[in-house]
Amino acid sequence: MSRPAEALPTQEMLINMGPQHPSTHGVLRVLLRTDGEVVINARPDVGYLHRALEKIGERVTYAQYMPFTDRLDYLASMNCNCAWAWTVEKLAGIEVPERAEYIRVIVCELNRIASHLIAFGSFTADMGAFTPFLYSIRERERINDLFEAICGNRLTYNYARIGGVSADLPPGFLEKTKEFLDYFDPKIPEYNELISYNKIFVHRLANVAVVSAGDAVAYGLTGPNLRGSGVAFDLRRDEPYSVYPKLEFDVCVGTGERGTLGDCFDRYMVRMNEMRESVKILRQAIAQIPEGPVQAKVPRVFKPPAGEVYFRAENPRGETGIYLISDGTVNPYRLKIRAPSFVTMNIFEKVTAGLMIADVVAVIGSFDIILPEIDR
Amino acid sequence: MSTDPAHGGAAPPPAPAAPFGPEAHVMVGNADMFINWARKSSLWYLLFATACCGIELMQTGASRYDLDRFGAVFRATPRQSDLMIVAGTITHKMAERVIRLYEQMPEPKYVLSMGSCANTGGPFYKDSYCVVKGVDLLIPVDVYVPGCPPRPEALIDGILKLQKIIEQKRNFAAKKA
Amino acid sequence: METQAIFERLKEKFGDAVAELQSEGFRPAFVVVAPDGLPGIARFLRDDPATKFDSLMSLSGVDYKDKFAVAYHLHSLAMRHAIGIKVFLPRENPSLPSVDAVWPAANFMEREAFDLYGIDFTGSKDLRRILLPEDWVGHPLRKDYKYPDFYHGIKV
Repeated sequence: MSRPAEALPTQEMLINMGPQHPSTHGVLRVLLRTDGEVVINARPDVGYLHRALEKIGERVTYAQYMPFTDRLDYLASMNCNCAWAWTVEKLAGIEVPERAEYIRVIVCELNRIASHLIAFGSFTADMGAFTPFLYSIRERERINDLFEAICGNRLTYNYARIGGVSADLPPGFLEKTKEFLDYFDPKIPEYNELISYNKIFVHRLANVAVVSAGDAVAYGLTGPNLRGSGVAFDLRRDEPYSVYPKLEFDVCVGTGERGTLGDCFDRYMVRMNEMRESVKILRQAIAQIPEGPVQAKVPRVFKPPAGEVYFRAENPRGETGIYLISDGTVNPYRLKIRAPSFVTMNIFEKVTAGLMIADVVAVIGSFDIILPEIDR
Repeated sequence: MSTDPAHGGAAPPPAPAAPFGPEAHVMVGNADMFINWARKSSLWYLLFATACCGIELMQTGASRYDLDRFGAVFRATPRQSDLMIVAGTITHKMAERVIRLYEQMPEPKYVLSMGSCANTGGPFYKDSYCVVKGVDLLIPVDVYVPGCPPRPEALIDGILKLQKIIEQKRNFAAKKA
Repeated sequence: METQAIFERLKEKFGDAVAELQSEGFRPAFVVVAPDGLPGIARFLRDDPATKFDSLMSLSGVDYKDKFAVAYHLHSLAMRHAIGIKVFLPRENPSLPSVDAVWPAANFMEREAFDLYGIDFTGSKDLRRILLPEDWVGHPLRKDYKYPDFYHGIKV
């Protein structure tokens, strides 16, 4: 006669979800203490990609730092480039020509679509559905072609410059972008039919890792993670910069449609809807873009006035803030990058307590973290 | 007029049976040729993507630049892979794990260093205190693919060069001079 | 609410703990605060209905050559205003109270300041190195940091 289950001795397991893992979106290590399949404590261990970007910033000039901002969040390179350019322009009071601002917004929004496509593709791949990844890469390759026409590179662009952008749009670019938008419009409903409302997918995401609005604000969540918990705050609308005041779009907020407000499914749907809004913004920007120069006159040896400035931009992963201290020389004195994924990891340990191991994968994917931002 | 039997045309004449030669369905070669042919045509690579090159690696394996047509599929565990594509920057904190992953791969194993960071430390060569200046300081590398990040075509070129290296390998005792 | 008004409100409530307002060339302006008064001021700024700074945007260590500083950037989602708080610390044994009980977002950021500058946050619920390996020697972002030659046998 076997003993009843309560009498069997059990022990906690310490499992290492190591730096090399197919679903951790980079080199993230999570130490799981589990009781069978249920996680008691999941402690993230970051720093496997710490490349000293802030120390490098103190040793190179302002213009030389632009390629390093690419490697900060390589899925949103244009956004990081432009954030750095806007920060230095705010410090030095440089007036950017309007055509350059429109070009920056166009490439930033295209990059937002590209970044959300990878977030969508890799998230569904983590959940076990490999096919949507191939669909999303098919779309992303078209965006890569557009970027290659602008600046020559597919991934790390180094396109923005202090005072403008490095080169004007090539002829025919706006028509090609319009063609891409017409091609992309029916894709989001296609993805929603393909996977978003699939019963298994919804079941895996609904009511998992619910983050309340108060917690989201207190723990520093920003961007789609914050909006997925119901807080309608978007820097492009509430603290607008560049030419965003002239563009109309809606702020996508989680609605709790398939579970509780603030669960993984809400964050996922916010990203899908944001792609639609980006298409809207792009159409308006293409219609409104004026002619003109694309770079302001900035001295070759660029020495901004001494001072401290904090600028934040709405990146696909949240709010990227740059705190820049200048002492009047050619190198920045102190350069601190407030990366959205880094601050999002604050809530990781709280939110994963009591989940199953497979849900931890869903949480990592739904927060859409990226390691170079966390580790800088 | 059609020769396709399915569309009502005549069937093609059967091939003449021959013991050897191009019409015979027989291949002759030495053991090295067949073993190397099998090994180079099914290079299963470990998904070891640290940084930006990892995205290019993913895109090379995905829709447009399909790596599967070369027989290369990604595996998540080093125990089932024979090629480690080191894509991305290796930091000192990560260095011991790279060596451990390399040791966990079964023989024969190859390493392809993808991108500037894995080759020599990349843009972080000069001022960074925590980047290993090239993965070849840790593990032996067979092919280096330059670029930041390398285009998918460049990575495929690197894999083809690795296939040429594999073709030349001698698997049995060396020839006596 | 204007930063000057917030500064005056803080000055009348906390007196000596609030030192000065740095506003020329600083965007957003910084209220310089003494280390001991920091938790009380942080809690007040978060809970007072006129300021309601519920979101800590960023926490960074700074090495001004003769002293250290920790710069906090605060933002209010309800009132849509922002302000900065700065605490100056001596170079030997820099230490100040932690604010992660007020804004839980501060935890990782304090660990980063500790890792890269060596600033000790007393009362923090978890203060360990975060970005560098556990056995790394030194605090790299200090201005007088000398790069080591080798780490575990690998050339730095």
